[in-house]
Order: sequence, then C-alpha cells, then structure tokens
Amino acid sequence: MELIRMRHVHKVYKNGVTAIHDLDLSIDKGEFVFIIGATGCGKSTLIKMLYREERPTSGQILVGGIDVAKIKNRKIYKIRRKLGVVFQDFKLLPKLTVYENVAFALEIFGLPKDEIYNKVVRVLELVGLKNKAKQYPTHLSGGEQQRVAIARAIVNGPKILICDEPTGNLDEKTSMEIMNVLEAINKLGTTIIMVTHDTEIVNKMKKRVIELDSGRILREYKEGEYVHEVD
Amino acid sequence: MKLIRILFRNIRDSFKSIIRNFSLSLASISCITITLLVVAISMTLSVNVNSMTKKIEEDVTIVAFLDVDITEERIAEIEEEIRKLPNIQEGKEAVILDDKESIRQEMMDSSSTYEQIMQNWEDREDNPLKDAYHIKIVDITQMGKTSKQIAQIEGVAVVKDAQDMVDQLIGVFDVITKGTYAIVIALVLVTAFLIANTIKITIFSRKREIDIMRLVGASNTNIKIPFVFEGLLLGVLGSIIPIAILAYGYSTLYTKFDGRLFGKFVTLVKPEPFIYIVSGILILIGVVVGMFGSWRAVRKHLKI
Repeated sequence: MELIRMRHVHKVYKNGVTAIHDLDLSIDKGEFVFIIGATGCGKSTLIKMLYREERPTSGQILVGGIDVAKIKNRKIYKIRRKLGVVFQDFKLLPKLTVYENVAFALEIFGLPKDEIYNKVVRVLELVGLKNKAKQYPTHLSGGEQQRVAIARAIVNGPKILICDEPTGNLDEKTSMEIMNVLEAINKLGTTIIMVTHDTEIVNKMKKRVIELDSGRILREYKEGEYVHEVD
Repeated sequence: MKLIRILFRNIRDSFKSIIRNFSLSLASISCITITLLVVAISMTLSVNVNSMTKKIEEDVTIVAFLDVDITEERIAEIEEEIRKLPNIQEGKEAVILDDKESIRQEMMDSSSTYEQIMQNWEDREDNPLKDAYHIKIVDITQMGKTSKQIAQIEGVAVVKDAQDMVDQLIGVFDVITKGTYAIVIALVLVTAFLIANTIKITIFSRKREIDIMRLVGASNTNIKIPFVFEGLLLGVLGSIIPIAILAYGYSTLYTKFDGRLFGKFVTLVKPEPFIYIVSGILILIGVVVGMFGSWRAVRKHLKI
C-alpha cells in the first residue's frame, strides 16, 4: 500500500538554488528506504518536505493521503503527529530525564499519566534504555542519546519514521546498534526513511536505496541490489 | 478530563518558567505591583472624590433673601414661583423657608450680644432681618443660571450661591481624576511592554523546547497557551501586594479616622464592598495586562 507519493516535486530556495528537480517517488507502507547522495544533492530538502519543514515550490506530496504541500501552516501539527523524526544532533532537552524527554511528546496531548507511563516504558524497552529512564541526556553516550531520540519519535506510534543522518555523530559499532533498533521498529510495521552518508551501513542493511544527484533521482536500487564499490 | 490535565500541565510549566527566569519575572511582577498600586490609589481617590462631589451637589443650596417689607402672602407665592423653575429639586425639603423670626431666635440663642440687640424686634415690622428660602437644585453646573432666574422673581432681594467655590472644587476634582487616569493608562502600557519583554526572553530561552514541541506535533495553541498562562500568572502574582495594601490600608484608615478626614469635611466611602470591588478590578487588570503582554510577544516572536 502506497504511503508516500511525490509527483513532479520542485523545490527552489529563495536564494535561487534548485534543491529538488521534478522528482517522482513512491514509498509503500512498511518499507525501509535509504536516501543517499553527495552533500548538497537535496537529500535533506527531500525529507524536510515530508514533515513540512520546507514547502515544495510546485508538485504534489501525499503522505498518508494528505497533500503536505497544500496544508496550511497552522495545520502542520496534524502531519507531524503521523510522523516521527530523528536527527543527527538528537535534539533532546538537557534539563529533562530520559523518561521526561520521551513523555514530553505525549504530555502535550494531555494523555493520562498511567497511559503515558505505559507507553514510555514500552518504547524505552524497545530501544533498550529502560534502566536509564531516570538519567539525564548529558550522562548518556551518543548512541544512547540517539536511542532516546528514537524512543521519543516513535512513542506516539507514528506510521513513518524519518531519520536525518541518525548515525552521523556515532562510531561504527554504535551506528550498527542504532540500525538494529531501527530495523526492529521497521519490523513492527513502521515505514522508515533514512538519509545517510554512511555507505557501509547501506551495504550491510540491504534495503531499498534511492540515490540523489543535483535534486534528481540518479538511480534506484531494490532491496538487496545496492552494493557500494569500495574505491 | 483531558482539558483539565492540559490545564494543570500548563499551570505547572508556567510556574517552572517563572522560577527559571526569576530575575526577569520579578521585574515584571514588580512593575505590575507598582502599576496596580497606583491604580488602587487612584481608584480610591476617584471613588471618594466622586462620592464627595455627589455629597456637595446634594448639600449645596441657593439662598434667596426676600425684601424686608414683604407680606406673608407674597412669601407663599414666591415659593410657588421658585418651584415652577427648571433645575429645582422636587419634594418638600427642596425649598425651605427660613423666616426672619426663626433667624432672630437662632441668632439670639447663639450669643448674648445678639440677644441684647435683637430682643426688641419682636414684631415682624421691627425685625430688619430678611426672610430667606433655601433652595436645592438638580444640576450643580447650572447653578448660576438658576440663581439669576430666582433673582428676577419679584420680592427677592438678594440671591447667594456658592458658585465660585463649587466651580473651583469641582475643577480640582476633575483635574485629580483625569490626572490619575492618565498616569494609570501610561503605567498599564509600560507594564504590558515589560511583560511582553519577559515573555520574549522566555520564548528565546525555550526555543529548543518549542522546536521539539513543533516536531512532535504540538499545535500552535499547544505552544502558545503556556506562555499566555505565564503572563496571566505574572499578573495575578503582581496583584497580591496591591490588594493586601489596599485592603489593610484602607480599612485601617477608615476605622482610625472614623470615616472622615480633615475634620468633617471629607467623608470616606465605606470599606465594604469597596475593597472587594477594587480588588476584583485589580486582579482583572493584572490578568488582562499579563495575558495581553504575553499574547503580543507570542504572536510577534513565535511566528506561528
């Protein structure tokens, strides 16, 4: 089932730079997709348009049936509630504990305390941080912080998890741990779209890969097809 | 239930934020406190001034002295003519005759010198004093006109009114009231500006939090409300001291002077329900100014 559909999407920034050029893309429910390409190829712009951080200059972007391009600014939250987003720099609140950081996403909606507790404990278990719930982010390693960020992104039960270079700040071993967490989440039915530079990871994961160049799709590889040739 | 939980969460967050930016919050609270204190003082002043103006208006009378050789029939006719004029209060008490015999008696009672002089004036014809009407009017500002109309009645010798004194007094009261209004408005504006500034800095210091809130799907209202609450709370906190001072100060003043100042000249308004009404108004001003200030800051700096 098609979850994301992009048709003739253009994105030109105000300074005149064309980031995305007539892009067509379709992603099905439950897929795990890597988006790769050189710096400045438009990867980040592409996913920013999915969670409406950026608005396309023209074209149509359907996410779960909603045209994200047309949605009004004050309605963006409706899209955001269907998506989880994870960044390279984690974006955690340092004054809140791990538990509070994850619960933060639920408190806004006024859920009852016990429901929040159950949901938070469940996702912390999923990312393997149940025993660190009371610690502060600054006391955690980079990998652990990223797992907290992932927990926060999925605690609402989003259909799509968008990851913008989630392993960019992590070493190889930790990166693989994060990938394992993401794969586990994907197996539970969440569609994952991940932007990365790390060809090593892409090689190992053997998922669908979309390679961008100058805002266009250069090549597309089906699951298991992509093999990065080491120079 | 959901709304109540969100409400409590917002109140909790507002308290946290006030404590986190304590010095700035304190500045805003102090500013509200000073503003509301001035508001309280000016309201006390203007309410009392108003009540005094009313009292003066009720008490001020025009005195019409009649001719010395007037007949008693004519005296009665003059009363009728006065009552027919516009701007004269209705009712028996509004036009009262002070006949010269009772004036003589009153004066004789007041001093022995008068007694010696006046004891021979027992007959009406001998009495050189003048009969007088005390007349109450409706609109004090029309006093001069009414006086002139009374003076034109045949048999009226002289008309005395307190026009100049009343004019001056009401003029002074007017200046006091307008002056306090001006000060209050200026202070309210300054306070709203200060609160807007406090909230602006709060917004900047919580930028990261706001970004994350947006990211996890908080609606604009979700994001705005805690800040508006914070403004509201600053307003409420700022109104505590002025209310305490007003409640304690005014009732102490009232009991100490038995409701009167400067001899018996000024009668104070009773503390109850005056204090409750003014306290309510103070909280309301605090809340409105606080919310307005933060709303402005949120609109301007959150860009949502």
